[in-house]
Amino acid sequence: MKKLDVPMLSLFRLSFVIMLLCGLLYPLAMTAVAQATMKEKANGSMIYDEDGQAIGSEFIGQSFRQPGFFHGRVSSIVYDGGNSGSENYAPGNLELLDRVNQSLYEWVNINEEIPVAEVPIDLLTNSASGLDPHISPEAAKIQIPRISAERNIDEETLTKLVEKHTEGRNLGIFGTERVNVLQLNLALLEFIE
Amino acid sequence: MVTFLSLAVPVILLLLIAKPFGHYLANIFDYESGKRSIGDKWLLPFEKLVINISGLHTKTQNWKQYLFALMATNTLMIAIVYLIFRLQGVLPLNPEGVASMEASLAFNTAISFMTNTNLQHYSGESGLSYLSQMIGILFMMFAAPATALAVCMAFIRGITGKKLGNFFVDFIRSITRVLLPISIVFGLAFVALGMPQTLGGPVTVETLEGDVQEIAVGPVGSFLAIKQLGNNGGGYFGVNSSHPFENPDGISNMLQIILMFLITASLPLAYGKMSGNVKQGWILCAAMWLMFASFSAVAVSGEYSGNPAMEQLGIGAGQASMEGKEARFTPAESAFYAVTTTATETGAVNNMHDTLTPLSGLVTLANMMLNTVFGGVGAGFMNVIMYAMIAVFLTGLMIGRTPEFLGKKLESSEMKIISVTLLLHPLLILGFSALALATDMGNASITNEGFHGISQVIYEYSSAAANNGSGFEGLDDDTPFWNVTTGIVMYIGRFLPLAAMLAVAHSLLRKKRIPESSGTMRTDEPIFGGLFIMCTLIVGALTFLPALVIGPVAEWVTLYL
Repeated sequence: MKKLDVPMLSLFRLSFVIMLLCGLLYPLAMTAVAQATMKEKANGSMIYDEDGQAIGSEFIGQSFRQPGFFHGRVSSIVYDGGNSGSENYAPGNLELLDRVNQSLYEWVNINEEIPVAEVPIDLLTNSASGLDPHISPEAAKIQIPRISAERNIDEETLTKLVEKHTEGRNLGIFGTERVNVLQLNLALLEFIE
Repeated sequence: MVTFLSLAVPVILLLLIAKPFGHYLANIFDYESGKRSIGDKWLLPFEKLVINISGLHTKTQNWKQYLFALMATNTLMIAIVYLIFRLQGVLPLNPEGVASMEASLAFNTAISFMTNTNLQHYSGESGLSYLSQMIGILFMMFAAPATALAVCMAFIRGITGKKLGNFFVDFIRSITRVLLPISIVFGLAFVALGMPQTLGGPVTVETLEGDVQEIAVGPVGSFLAIKQLGNNGGGYFGVNSSHPFENPDGISNMLQIILMFLITASLPLAYGKMSGNVKQGWILCAAMWLMFASFSAVAVSGEYSGNPAMEQLGIGAGQASMEGKEARFTPAESAFYAVTTTATETGAVNNMHDTLTPLSGLVTLANMMLNTVFGGVGAGFMNVIMYAMIAVFLTGLMIGRTPEFLGKKLESSEMKIISVTLLLHPLLILGFSALALATDMGNASITNEGFHGISQVIYEYSSAAANNGSGFEGLDDDTPFWNVTTGIVMYIGRFLPLAAMLAVAHSLLRKKRIPESSGTMRTDEPIFGGLFIMCTLIVGALTFLPALVIGPVAEWVTLYL
């Protein structure tokens, strides 16, 4: 060991110093700064109702099954925010095709007037996270006839509502044009009231 | 056009940052010349304190001392973190009562994070206590890239004729002057974009339809910065950067791409500065960007070609493949991220690679097999120089010129070491894939039938050997067989090449510099960039084409023809 010139005890000490610096001090200091300056975001951008009760997070999708709400992406974990994940089906996997057929069946059940060929593909595919809060504006618009019939609101008003809640690309360049399903449904409820 | 811009802007920004940042790296690691470095005034006293507390010295080391220092440090860290994982159930900071980790999984996870791989066979949200996340995972996410950056700098000093330097000085400077400051800035930026940064437990909410939803949060922002910057890639959440909290929008996505490239794309220019051969640095850089751009083009077009199996059901005609992708990223951004994460051996994913169309899957595999389109922090650049030396040697022999690199003759002693290192990578990938495919223990974990199942296996070992860490995540890999075999592959795939490259540096360091003559093959002209690309692709194709044919190529043929 003498020739190689490194006492074992020193390596232990070095490991613990770096462990304290990077493993404890760094995340704790960052948490303190973030909590002091950006409390709302640092706690998960929660959305609250009038009573101050948390009803969801801006970034985490929720499961919508009632025909009177706009629906989001397919989620094999049913939007369980304590977890995340999807089925990892390869493009040719037969179980993938079975699941898509199931979605098509459900679609026809509640949107009988809209042919399946016109359904945007994001409504028929599982997101990566299973928690995707967004859909494309097309995917929101194609649900308007159903919502209109269910809620007795004319289609033009709903189209305006969707357009109002369509977020553009970030800085006009990055990401997609998209609609946050939870916020759109919240706006829908607000409009009804 | 806008979509093209969304991919071009990060690359342009990187091209602009690479030179100043590369020169900064050259400056802070050039301490053997006795010059003062940027940051000495503030950081040197602190770095000296760390050295003194540990009881280490800062004298220059020979290659064996350097190698021993890095191997001993890293192996000791693996042992410490292994113990933390095994005991996390009874240790403090465990509010959710996570159980202690099973032995083979702890073995795999400790090696995985120390080797900068970040394969995660544990389940993201529920496998680790807060203590393990912090002093186990986060600690190693700094220590692993710091180790590789240190060795890379010693290697560059060696082949440019300077003293090798001291591992501990390099290791500590990597953390204090590169990884930590950049992580602090980007970590806070990430929180501003929407990532949580809290030690509070999960939040329970009642949804609009009256369900109860639990929402996991945590110190995500600080984790993400070093995850991307250090080419670590292990996710805070199970689905990594496709989780909305781990990648909230197009801007965070773009910043993550920049962070993955930042160090590794600047190293050629740091090398150019340190070797005094600035042009060669640019040539290597350009060659890699060219390969990267071609690969990206293939992957992006692959995703926009959609899924013919779905189109046969009468849906999605003319639309891109969206299975396993997030709606806030364009399919182009998803494919581009996949190519970036495999080129830089990061392993972070913003979409599920198992669901990629066959051609994009092929590109991600090819990146990990070549392991030389940028590569991870430090380790990647040493691979690049290794391929550059092979290019010099092969073409030198073909045209009858003495193979020389930076004024030193490349001879059989160096080429022997390089050949062994070159063969190691395919041996690990193909050897272990064959083992897995030939045994029930391996086969039992495959979840996608047919040719794609073969890709799942090859992908896992490519990812382990290249220290990437992404996966075709359908593979059911938390079994003793996969934990132990990939653990071994990661360890050998990491440390043997590091040792070999230090040996090459040592061997060249002892040689006399010979003056340039008309017989010298120029390594700072575009033609050398071309030779480098040719050499990489030919060696890669000869080694891996058969495996790719029975995996993604066969899948493509069945799906599209």
